[in-house]
Amino acid sequence: MTDTLQPDGGPAPGLQSGTASGSGAQAPLEDAAASRLQLVWRRFLRQRLAIAGLVVVALLFGVAYLSPYLGRWQYDQLDFTAFLEPPSASHWFGTTQNGFDVFALTMRGLQKSLVIGLLGALMATALAATVGAFAGYFGGAVNTALVTLIDLLMVLPAFLIIAILSPSFRGHTWLIFVVLLAAFQWMVTARIVRGMTLSLREREFVHAARFMGVPGWRIIFRHILPNMASLLIIDATINVSSLILAEVGLSFFGFGVQPPDVSLGTLIGDYANAALTFPWEFYFPAAFLVILVLAINLVGDGLRDAFDPNAQGHH
Amino acid sequence: MAAFLLRRLVYLLCLVVVSTSVAYLLAATQLRPRARYEGRNPPPPVAVVDARLDELNMNDKVPVLTRYRRWGAGLLRGDLGRTIDNQPVNAEIGRRMWVSLRLVVVGAVVGTLLGVAAGAYGAVKQYQLADRVLTVSSFVILSIPAVVLGVLFKNAGIGLNNALGFKLLYTTGELTPGMDPWSAAGLVNRFAHLVLPSLVLIVIAVAFYGRYQRNAMLDVLGSDFLRTARAKGLRRSQALIKHGLRTALIPMATFFAYEFALLFVGATFTERLFGWHGMGEYFVESVTKNDINSVAGVTLFVGVLVLIAGFLSDLAYAALDPRVRV
Repeated sequence: MTDTLQPDGGPAPGLQSGTASGSGAQAPLEDAAASRLQLVWRRFLRQRLAIAGLVVVALLFGVAYLSPYLGRWQYDQLDFTAFLEPPSASHWFGTTQNGFDVFALTMRGLQKSLVIGLLGALMATALAATVGAFAGYFGGAVNTALVTLIDLLMVLPAFLIIAILSPSFRGHTWLIFVVLLAAFQWMVTARIVRGMTLSLREREFVHAARFMGVPGWRIIFRHILPNMASLLIIDATINVSSLILAEVGLSFFGFGVQPPDVSLGTLIGDYANAALTFPWEFYFPAAFLVILVLAINLVGDGLRDAFDPNAQGHH
Repeated sequence: MAAFLLRRLVYLLCLVVVSTSVAYLLAATQLRPRARYEGRNPPPPVAVVDARLDELNMNDKVPVLTRYRRWGAGLLRGDLGRTIDNQPVNAEIGRRMWVSLRLVVVGAVVGTLLGVAAGAYGAVKQYQLADRVLTVSSFVILSIPAVVLGVLFKNAGIGLNNALGFKLLYTTGELTPGMDPWSAAGLVNRFAHLVLPSLVLIVIAVAFYGRYQRNAMLDVLGSDFLRTARAKGLRRSQALIKHGLRTALIPMATFFAYEFALLFVGATFTERLFGWHGMGEYFVESVTKNDINSVAGVTLFVGVLVLIAGFLSDLAYAALDPRVRV
């Protein structure tokens, strides 16, 4: 119920570089990993809701990016013959006061929300994995410095700080905004990764690698992070939906994506007051947002159950 | 124990100081109070604007660190400076925090209690119809942003008013202007204003807490001590409530502590949608108005609340978990 960002942590790119570079020398391990992945995938496929979620996300992706070829109007095109028109054959979702096509706007916003969620989650997860693993593996001064950084960022109210910084990315690319969102989203996961690294560090295979002279950073990406792949994947999925919601919250107040760019957040913010009089302006973007977040959450839930069938509290 | 608490307090205080300083320095460098005067037609003379901004300690021609020192010196005297409209920030926060509290307190208390009850009930009835309904609806509600939920409730309220033909529920502000706030009619009027925003907060809180409480309760339900309690001869309901629920509440203590401490700033979206002039609105306005001192004031306020929450959660642990009491 707090409006600040929910710190959920996040994971993903360190993970990929880890598994990719870990090929070659350890063929047996690789087989085991593959069969475990197959096992998880089969368990995931057994969950109809999660599959439905995945299909919906894929469909939304497709529609959002194909929409410029589907609809007759582009998001920045004005129709001077149709102001505030309800949905019709020409404007599927109606038009706004200025004559913008709501379908085109919604699809444009959906694109942005998808990119912000996926990109931000990827960044947040990569950061969490890297920082957490380095702090846990190296210990000492590195650990102290990184843990202090984590504590500090957790105290800084994300919503407030991003809002304060919003004038500085007005007129610049929205990528800065994504980086900022991700920068406040990784700390909790980093702590978990650090804790897991502390115990993995003492395992035989890590010792073996260390005594063979493998440098620490390579041990982290090859041996430690792949061992928490499940945590990182689940967390990245959760991050996608929390980042999409964070974007909506900030854009609602004008602190997020800046005009002339549109996102689902700016659309909802702009047309929240029109919901009663011109419902199509508000309910179409809002409905797409809710469907998107719901679908991603279903995928996340399904992944969690697939990785850990003993986990309680789902279904 | 005392030494540990003291060390923790010092640490938390340092974090508050650092976070407030970061917020102040960011605000002082990123926000442009001068823009407020430059936009006027005809623009006032530069010297006049400078004098005015100097008075407010917001002149961007003065080095940031000098302004920071002046602001910090004021802070040590308990003075948060002046807003861009030349009002004391202290008074502004002092007024608005109670508005926010009045908005949030009912929703938070009712929402938390219902959430705990729903979660515990769902765990006891795991996989039965009631549990499934609760789980699915909380899953859906948590996927809806607070803003959209707020708009839905607001419009449902307006729809209800239209259907009834008179104004049963109000959707703007906390009191109809001109009413005596403490008369019987005034209190009824307050309540009519409070229903819709509180419902929004309650629905979110129930979904959120219900989910966690259900998991916490499920962990406890299979435990040995619950079986022992039953074997001792306690009735099922007694065992569940006295031994089960109490234990399941312990991990929730942190959530509650943070929720209650952050009541004062907890509902920015709800404030905006329902036109309450509380802390959340204050912060949003201060950023859009380039009001550096107000931004810093709100950040400090939030920091102190988080600090208090940290201690509350320790206390709540002690109250619920006998092992912590020394």
